[in-house]
Amino acid sequence: MRWLLLKDLQILRRSPLQAALLIAYPVLIALLIGFAISRDPGKPQVAFLNEIPPGARIAAGGAKLPAVGVDERICKRVECVHVASRAEAGEKVRSGEVLAALILPADLIDRLNSLSTLSPETPEVKVIVNEEDPLKARIVDDRIAALLGQANLFIARQIAAEAGRYLRLIVKGGSFEVLGEPVEILGLRTSASILQALRPALPPELRSSLDRVIRFTTLSRDNLDVATPLIDRLAQPVAIDKQSVSAPTPPLGVFAIAVAATLTLTFVTLLLVAGSLALEREENTFPRLTGGLVSRSTLLAEKVGLGIAVGLVVTLLMLAGVQLFVGLDWSRFGLWLVAILAGGAGLAAAGAALGAAARDVRAVSLLAFMISLPVALLSLVPSGAVGATLYDGIRVLTALFPFKPALEAISAALDPAGPGIGGPLLHLAILVAAYAAIGRLALRRFASV
Amino acid sequence: MVGTAVAALEARKLVKRYGQREALKGVDFAAHPGELLAVIGPNGAGKTTLLSILAGTLPPDGGEVHLPNGDVGWVPQQAALYRRLTVEENLLLFARLEKREEPRAAVEEMLDLTGLRERRGDVVARLSGGNQQRINIAIGLLARPVALLLDEPSVGLDPRQRARLWEFVSALAGGGTTVIFSTHDIQEAERYGQRLLVLADGESLFDGSPGELRTAVRGETPEAASSDFETAFVAFLQHRGH
Repeated sequence: MRWLLLKDLQILRRSPLQAALLIAYPVLIALLIGFAISRDPGKPQVAFLNEIPPGARIAAGGAKLPAVGVDERICKRVECVHVASRAEAGEKVRSGEVLAALILPADLIDRLNSLSTLSPETPEVKVIVNEEDPLKARIVDDRIAALLGQANLFIARQIAAEAGRYLRLIVKGGSFEVLGEPVEILGLRTSASILQALRPALPPELRSSLDRVIRFTTLSRDNLDVATPLIDRLAQPVAIDKQSVSAPTPPLGVFAIAVAATLTLTFVTLLLVAGSLALEREENTFPRLTGGLVSRSTLLAEKVGLGIAVGLVVTLLMLAGVQLFVGLDWSRFGLWLVAILAGGAGLAAAGAALGAAARDVRAVSLLAFMISLPVALLSLVPSGAVGATLYDGIRVLTALFPFKPALEAISAALDPAGPGIGGPLLHLAILVAAYAAIGRLALRRFASV
Repeated sequence: MVGTAVAALEARKLVKRYGQREALKGVDFAAHPGELLAVIGPNGAGKTTLLSILAGTLPPDGGEVHLPNGDVGWVPQQAALYRRLTVEENLLLFARLEKREEPRAAVEEMLDLTGLRERRGDVVARLSGGNQQRINIAIGLLARPVALLLDEPSVGLDPRQRARLWEFVSALAGGGTTVIFSTHDIQEAERYGQRLLVLADGESLFDGSPGELRTAVRGETPEAASSDFETAFVAFLQHRGH
């Protein structure tokens, strides 16, 4: 078998395009994945015009809130292109220089302050967009909605915090400033204590009235104490308590690397094994080899071995490329090897079955792409994304092909916090046996037609 | 050496069926050391099936192949070579697979035999059809077979390449190797075949020398017998309903 393996490697070396592709493919994938997961998603460029007069503040309870640094906060989220006028903002949007323009009108703070008066007005910001295509429109809408959502949340938190402070002042007492002069507030708690202390000194006919005042201050104190946390909740009405019913999933970055590694392994192994086996027929060497030199099973095993060996090298090369961008846990290298070898074995066995069935290099290449690409995509469909019946169908289909268990094995090998590797390895072992049997059967008619 | 008592290869009542169709219907013959045996017949006669069974690449449905003194070397019709490997790499691979004790010495021997020593480093795809066929035959000889089976070895070769090929094959037979070849070229069979095995629809119709075939035709259609060998052969088949 080693001489056949040597021969196939010699043939591979003689095909510069194929060899270059085998090296270039993982490098390209590594670069793409590396750049994609090591860089920020990118801030959209937004023209920004702040017309609010300097010094304008949001007022709450008769006091002005601290300056909120609107410019700074907004420009953290988007790449602000500061403009001097609305016309300039509109022009930049029209020319496509920026995704949108955000204008904070001069009366924004006044309108915000009017919310706590008897004649509230609606605070508005101006947004200029150029929705030249639906995708761009969707992106702009999402970005603006996210930006305003954050602004609203921030303002609500500021108001709630200030209102809570005043409530505490009413309940517990203290001091605050009005026009620069400190004003002492007695507070309900102290008022009730004073009234309790005064009660014995009052004539009995006035005590019932005083008792009513005392009850009022006590009730007010207790209930307003309860109101304070309620006002705090206004800033964030619904909290998130996240629970997952599935096993812990790998971080997105690790999953992306696992997908890239499995895709690399799939294409290299599947195409190489299927093509190499079909080549034996095209070169007319299959009858000569199996006419007494080697058994069909040996030939099949040699092709699977070739696929595993080359797939391992190319996949490790890809992971080494990704390492330039993202830190990988090399202490798990042993598990990587196990996962890649098992995944490679499954895919190589599938490639052998495909090569034996198709028997023609061009047909087999086409078939390999036609099968592996849709199966790989279907393997990435999450539950809930499609109907239950369709998802069951997808699960069955993807379980019959080694891509998904290979992906699960490689994900488990890369992610220390992920699910175990045992299940995917067992799945792959079953597929190796099944595809080897199919390949062996298909080889029976390989030479006869 | 023809006519030696011990046959190098014997086929006994070989039968092969493809579904309902019988490709071989109990074919019997024996070939002796140094003999050049041509298997001829119309398309679909069963020539390639017979050679494939003799080579062991196709199992028969009935009968047996007897090889008392060793193995056969199989040279399929289309060159069974790795076209991206060099002449030397092809020979070395098959010498190793044949488990020759000294594969490199075997390669040198075959390079001398084929006269392709100068082209040893050339990729096979760059060789002419004739030279590819020589390497193809050399690979068949690597196992040092007692009988060499050639399936239409001269197909696609120009007259000069054919002449060189037959010179090479005749030299092998002269060295004691039994050569069994199939061909569509009746003139070639007459010229190089010491014995002819005529197959038609899986049946063996004749087993003898070209002269004996012509004699047989003379008794049936005298005018055809005095014509060229191909005409005589066609008359022979027609007389038997083929």
